[in-house]
Formats: sequence, structure tokens, C-alpha cells
Amino acid sequence: MTTLAERTTGRAVIAARPGQQRARRRRLLVVFGMLLPALLGLAVFFVYPLLASIFFSLTRYDGLSDPQWIGLRNYQYLFTEDPNVWVAAGNTLWFVVIMVPVKLAFAFAVAGLLTRARRSSGVWRTLFYLPALVPPVASVVAFVFLFNPGTGPINLILSFFGVKQGPLWFNDPNLSKPSLLLLAVWVMGDVMIIFLAGLLDVPRELYEASSLDGANGPQKLRYVTFPAMIPVLIFSLVTGVIAALQYFTEAAVASTVALGKASVGEGIGATLGYPDNSLLTYTEWLYVRGFSNFQFGYASALAVLLFIVAAAFLVLFLRKVKAFMPEEATS
Amino acid sequence: MIRSTALRRQLVGAVAVAAATALILSGCSGSANQKVDKAAPKVLSGNVSFWHFFTDREAKVIQSVVDDFEKANPKVHVSVHSGQDDTKLQQAISAGNNVDLGMSYSTDIVGSFCTSGAFRDLAPYIKRDKVDISALTPVTRSYTEFNGKRCAMPALTDDYALYYNTDLMTAAGITSPPRTLSELETDALKMTTYNADGSIKVLGYDPLMGYYENAAAHYGPAAGAKWLGSDGKSVIGSDAGWPELMKWQTAFVKKIGYAKLKRFSASLGQEFTAQNSFQKGKLAMNMDGEYRTAFIADQAPDLKYATAPFPTADDHTDLYGGGYITGNIMGISKGSQNPELAWALLKYMTTDTAAVVKLANGLKNIPHLTSALKSPDLVVSAQYKTFVDVAQNANSSTTPPSPVGAGYQQTFEQYWDKYQETGAGDLAAGLTKVDKQINASLALVSGP
Repeated sequence: MTTLAERTTGRAVIAARPGQQRARRRRLLVVFGMLLPALLGLAVFFVYPLLASIFFSLTRYDGLSDPQWIGLRNYQYLFTEDPNVWVAAGNTLWFVVIMVPVKLAFAFAVAGLLTRARRSSGVWRTLFYLPALVPPVASVVAFVFLFNPGTGPINLILSFFGVKQGPLWFNDPNLSKPSLLLLAVWVMGDVMIIFLAGLLDVPRELYEASSLDGANGPQKLRYVTFPAMIPVLIFSLVTGVIAALQYFTEAAVASTVALGKASVGEGIGATLGYPDNSLLTYTEWLYVRGFSNFQFGYASALAVLLFIVAAAFLVLFLRKVKAFMPEEATS
Repeated sequence: MIRSTALRRQLVGAVAVAAATALILSGCSGSANQKVDKAAPKVLSGNVSFWHFFTDREAKVIQSVVDDFEKANPKVHVSVHSGQDDTKLQQAISAGNNVDLGMSYSTDIVGSFCTSGAFRDLAPYIKRDKVDISALTPVTRSYTEFNGKRCAMPALTDDYALYYNTDLMTAAGITSPPRTLSELETDALKMTTYNADGSIKVLGYDPLMGYYENAAAHYGPAAGAKWLGSDGKSVIGSDAGWPELMKWQTAFVKKIGYAKLKRFSASLGQEFTAQNSFQKGKLAMNMDGEYRTAFIADQAPDLKYATAPFPTADDHTDLYGGGYITGNIMGISKGSQNPELAWALLKYMTTDTAAVVKLANGLKNIPHLTSALKSPDLVVSAQYKTFVDVAQNANSSTTPPSPVGAGYQQTFEQYWDKYQETGAGDLAAGLTKVDKQINASLALVSGP
């Protein structure tokens, strides 16, 4: 049995509900409206291409006629018959495992040094950042010319130090990837700037406190700088690995220019990978199979595999590092 | 409540997937309307879009011929899209953009474009307008059709032959250009000079595969080597010509030294710049296309040089005079809004002798019409004449169209590139493996 007061309150609650719901709905509409452009972009430029790639990867498709369903045949070819896919995957892995950490380490070291610069710090920062502004194609062309075994200044300088037969650099299958590594280190300005901002953000008091506790330089780096920098390092590592998995332009231009076939407007399928497939990256191989060999169905299978690898790396890596995040540690 | 929300989510998901799939499929479909009028229109009128890859000076040459067409057909407007390479052309046709007529720089697309119908079958137009296909040179006829379907017409050719520096040749005491590969090697070694440190100063001929125009396709005619059999499968492993060429080339490389050649080649200028090694006199002989005559006239007018057909394998001297031929091709897009106009323009640019001669004189490529090759209006220098002769030689050949484009050539060249380093290993087994790889790739496109 309910009292009058209770019944009145109940009516008031019932009366308030539609109003609240309307307000909530309105709020939701506003939120959805604001999110709509982003969601549309996501649907058009991510979900649709992803679904399309998955669909095409199960078909025989030349990019021009209607696709024909062939089930997992493309994947079977990928894992058992493709003569170059594992070479390309191995080269890409080299860039992921060697180039990314070296570039980050170098950028971190330079950023660390720049935080200590007492004079002309702006000039130094600009100098180290400038190469990152050079367009990738231009920087690769410049590097291939600089490292030209016969006419480049690098081997000329080496000859002053008694190296009569300088390395072949981009023309040597054993040195072509390390040569691109040097280029990557040279253009590390974008990462260096992020690290610099992160390092300048580390509270000074922490260093002072650690000094009072008797910590030396490496200990401060290990116990103060690194923990404070972990979010920045993770961001740089994740974006660096994803970029390395998609490495294309630098390797393609290096191959073409080193082979002496730089041209504009014509196919590059024949020059990719030079020398001896040492610069053939996974995405280059995908491009060749799609655009040069008209095998878009198979190229889609390669793309899907790349997506799975990148996503798996991301998930595993983020799970692994979660434990090291400062906020995780405190919770 | 929870159940209904879940159901709704599933429904929305299913609809989204179905919509996406429908969108995907709708994006891929679209067949060509292949209806052809019984008679060609008496008066041409309307707009036609023409996509080609040329830029700058060369685009102006194309435009001049288009202008002539418009002058002859005042009610026609040609919308010219220059600088559109094969990838863009393919994407535009695939997406259903308004491309009436397309020009490609590569015969490698013919297999795919004919099979898929991206370029329309021209047979009904050719039959209706009684176009004489035999007016095309035999090689250009062969690379513009696939499996009996003619979906393209040739639009000038690139022919390959030997360039030689006459000053360097005279200095080496050589009086005539080599006619066999052995002679090429002997002459090249004679003309090669070295620096005090043992490095190459001037190279007689660079035998390294991959260097400039040194490609398997360009060497093939020297030994009559074949790529694909009548069933469309690779015959590289069973053809006697390829091992012969590979053994000669690898032995030649060995005589100078792979590392030495690699170092020298790496230090040479880019092929399509004024630093080209033949133009700079660092290379005495070189295999190249007729377009080099235009580069030399522009960038190295003082260079003393001559041309000759490329030497043949020692046991194939009967093939002398021929060479590798490739070229530009043109076709009517499957989505053409005005195929009659596209055909009229295509016919004019590829079968009208005066138009073809004008294009050849402007672009310094070789005409694909026999009548144009013999035309008194064709400007023929002594060096260019070699290529005009190669174009008409019965021993000239090309690379066959295939559904994987140049994929089969790339697979073979990769193997050759590797083989030339040492010349070691079982060549026959290696070439059999190449066949297997090519056939697996072809099966992926055409079905097992």
C-alpha cells in the first residue's frame, strides 16, 4: 500500500523520465552528429577498403573485370608457391628489427644531448630537424649520389683514409639496407623533436631527488628518464614499426636510381628490389603483383596478411608494455 | 531487452556487411556496350576524351596530330588528358571514368586489357571500315592482340639495336661493327681501357644484366629465344636460345670481372639524362632504342656515333638484321561514352600514313605502318635508318602479351641477374624452376 506522498513522488518521477530521456537523446544526437564526419571517414577510408581487401583476397581479380571467387587459393599460393614473398618479408623484417630501434636510439641520444645544450640550442635543434623536412624522394636521390661508389664524395673521403676500393653501398646487396639505415638516421628529426619535448617534460625534481639518493648518470636514465618517457617511446616505436612494415618509397627510389634508371611516368616494376632483391620490401612486392602483374586478388591477400601482422604486433606489444606504464604500475 | 539489443546489433552488422559487399561488387561490375553501328557516321560530332602518358614536348607532338583530326572534323572536340600513366589509365577505366581512348607505353598490358575487356574488341570496327591490318608491321600486329582478340592498335614502336662510338672504334683499329656476340665481346675487350689502379676507364660494352637496356627481352631476338608456348605456358627452360645467351653473357662478365663491372656501372650517369655513359664517351658500344638518337641530337650533338643491328648468337647469324621491338598501344575503353568517335580518332592516329609519319618525326620513334616506314616524308638520319630497317626485318620479334603483364619476364630476369654473379649452379635446373614459378603465377590468373 502506497501513501499519497509516495504516489505523488512516483508521479513526479514518471513525469520526469520522458524529459530526461529527451535530453539524453538530444545529447546523444549531438555527440553522434559531432562524431559523424569522423565515423564516415573511418567507414569510407578504413572499413570499406578493409572489407573490400578481404573480399578481393578470396577472388581472382585483375582490377578490370569482375572478380571470380576462388576461396583460399591466393593464400595457398602465398604460403607455398610465391618465389619472392618470404624474401620481401625478410627484408621488411630487417627494417623493423634493425632500422626502427637504431633510428629511435639515435634520435633519443641526440634529443638527450640537445637538452643539455646551453648555447645556440635553437640552432642545433634546427640543424638536426632540417633533414626531416626534405621530401623522401629527394633525400634518397641525394643519398644515392653521395654514396655513388665511383663519383660520390663518401668514397672519396674514405680514399683519403686509405680505403682504395670503397664500398658499393646501394649497389651491394649486403650494404643496400644498411645504406638506407644511414638515411633513416639522417632524417630522424621528426622523432627527435618528440623525444626532446618528452625529455624537457620530465620533472627536474625527480633528478634532484635521485641525485640526493646518490644515483649516477646511467641510474638516472634507467630509473627516472625511461619511466617518464615510456608513453613517448611506445608511441614512437609503434608508429615506427608500422611505417617500417609499409616501407616503400625510400627502397623503391634507391633501387631505381642506383640502377641508373630514374625516370618519370613509366613503370618501376622491373627495377624494384635492386640489387639482387635486397631492397624488395613486402609492400613493393604487393605493388608489383597488383599493378605490374594485374593480380589484384593476390595483392589483396598480401595486404590482408600485412594487416593481420601489423594488428597482431600492435596488440601483443601493447599488452606487453602495459605493465610498464606508470599509471598501470600505480593502480 | 538485452536479447533484442543484441539482435538489433547483429542485424545492423549483417546489413552493413551486405551493403559493403554490394558496394564492392557494384564497383567492379560494368560491362562494355559492344554494339557497333552498321555504317560509320558520315559526319562526326561530339566530345571524345583521349588519355595518354606523354608530357611536355612530346605531349605537344600528340596534340598537333589531334589538332589535325579536329580540323578535319570541325564538330568534334577531343579532350586530351596528358601525363596519364598505365596505373592511372587502368584505375580510371576500372572506376568507370570517362575514358574514350587510352594510350599505353607498354605492350605488357595487352593480355590483361584484352582478356578483361578493359579495351574493347576492335574487330567489328575493323571489319566494318575495311581497315587493312596487314598494313601494320608483323611484330606490331602480334603484340596488339591476345588469344585472337584485337583490342588495341600500335602507335609507333621502339626498336633496339647497337650504338657504337666511331672515334673509339677507329682508335681501337676496328673497321666495322660486330655481327656476332663473339665479335661484340672481342671488340668490346679491345676498346676497354683501364686506369692505373686497374679500374675501368672506358668500357667497350657493358654486359651486366639490368644495366640500362640490358634486359632478357632485348637480348632474346639475338638467339631467337622464345618465352611462352602456344598454350601460354613458359618455355624458357626448354628453349635452347636462353642458356646460350646466358652462358655467353656470364662468360663475358667473368672476363672483365663482376665486381669491376659493377663498380664501373654504378658510377655511370642515369640512363635518361645528359650523363648517359654512351653520350659521355665512357661506353664505346651500347644496346639502346631509336629514341637515343633524339637524346644525342639534343644533349651530345658532337658525339661521333653510328648504329647497326644488334649482333646475333654465333650459330644464329641468319637472324642478323632483326632486333627487339615494342611500342605504344591504343585502345577504346570499355566505358567509352562515344566509341564511334574514339574509333575514328584511333583509326586516324594509327592507320593514316601522314599522321603516323608526323608522330614519328615529332617523337623520333619508329612508325608501325609499312607505308609510313617507306614514306619520303619520314625524316631518316643515317643512325635512325638502322631502326627503320629493324622494324621491317622478318627476324625482329617481341615479348608475347600475357595475363600477368611483364611478370614472366621479371621472374626470369631475377634468375639471370643472380646467375651472372658467378655462373655457377645447374642452369638447366634453374631454368626449369623459373618455368614452374611462371606457370604457377599464370595459373593464379587464368585458373589451373
